[in-house]
Amino acid sequence: MWAFIHKMGSPPWFFRFATAVIRWLLPIVLLALLAGSLWGLLYAPPDFRQGNSYRIIFIHVPSAVVALAGYYVMASAGLVSLVWKIKMADTAMRAVAPIGAALTFVALVTGAIWGKPTWGAWWVWDARITSMLILFFLYLGVMALFEAYDNKAAAAKACAVLSLVGTVNIPIIYKSVDWWYSLHQPASIKFSGETAIDASMLYPLLLMIAAFYGLFALLVLLNMRSELLATHRQSAWLRTELG
Amino acid sequence: MHPIRKQRLTIALLVVLLSSAAVGLVGYALRGNINLFYPPADIVAGKAPMDRPIRVGGMVVEGSIVRSGQDLTTHFDVTDYDGTVRVSYTGILPDLFAEGEGVVASGRLSADGSFSATEVLAKHDENYMPPEVAEALEGKGPDNRPYGKGGKS
Repeated sequence: MWAFIHKMGSPPWFFRFATAVIRWLLPIVLLALLAGSLWGLLYAPPDFRQGNSYRIIFIHVPSAVVALAGYYVMASAGLVSLVWKIKMADTAMRAVAPIGAALTFVALVTGAIWGKPTWGAWWVWDARITSMLILFFLYLGVMALFEAYDNKAAAAKACAVLSLVGTVNIPIIYKSVDWWYSLHQPASIKFSGETAIDASMLYPLLLMIAAFYGLFALLVLLNMRSELLATHRQSAWLRTELG
Repeated sequence: MHPIRKQRLTIALLVVLLSSAAVGLVGYALRGNINLFYPPADIVAGKAPMDRPIRVGGMVVEGSIVRSGQDLTTHFDVTDYDGTVRVSYTGILPDLFAEGEGVVASGRLSADGSFSATEVLAKHDENYMPPEVAEALEGKGPDNRPYGKGGKS
């Protein structure tokens, strides 16, 4: 276990690891996304209240869930970078930020598109929606902060602190619908007790959530791999790696 | 663990802890403003301000919707089962607005305790099911569902 974690910090080893994982993860993720979309958009039944407009859930919920989880990935990389000063953790933090921002953006936009016909408004300054907007700005902030420094180590330190401070927002987003009166409905998928979503809609949703986790992992690895290609383009190990 | 790393780890965890505490206190102090709406019970108890626009949220009481014959004005009662507020609204209601369903109305309180809304939003609940399942549940009686009545409005 520790040997594996130590190896993750070595650029040549990680480059080989990422290349191998991407090769088998890519077809699995594409297949899962295709299957989940067809299942959710074509075969799942319409909702008794919303008809077909509820189907945006199959994009909205997976992107929101992975946007939240991705923030913890970024913050964990930030903690490792701050404490152990491992360069690979900086690379990981930098790779997650734009993907998390994109997922948060997708969740906000699909939510607005669903909100107009369902609630009657594109946007409401509701606790859930506002905290999600703050998450989007946190991701953008980490991206901008990386570019704001000439010194890479200083940039990584600043970004690590920002992403660690931002973790407070994640439980707020998650619990916002329970803590305050909000327009956004509470979670349909519950870890305890009866789920409020019918099994015929739940299974394609779970498949899409799994597919989005896979997509996130795939995109982060691709991002980290291209960052390694850019920073180590003069290195001998990369030349032998690429043949 | 190396003492310097241990120190850095402690500082990082303290940063997370203290910033969480700060945000938590701010959220606690502003909790009244973070709530999107007042429940009818608070309005009945006189806790809602009269002088500025507010929102009220709850369930539309079954059988309370009265539509005007002349214009788009609608009257309905909103309840949280502890209190009830009469709401009047002129305009187009959202598609999912129905008796027994959630609603959030923004507007002003009148001196007589009624609420004149300038905007009415439907609050959707977390229940998703196919129409056949909803009908089957409906057949068993109105009390089998967690919230309200499925809308054939």
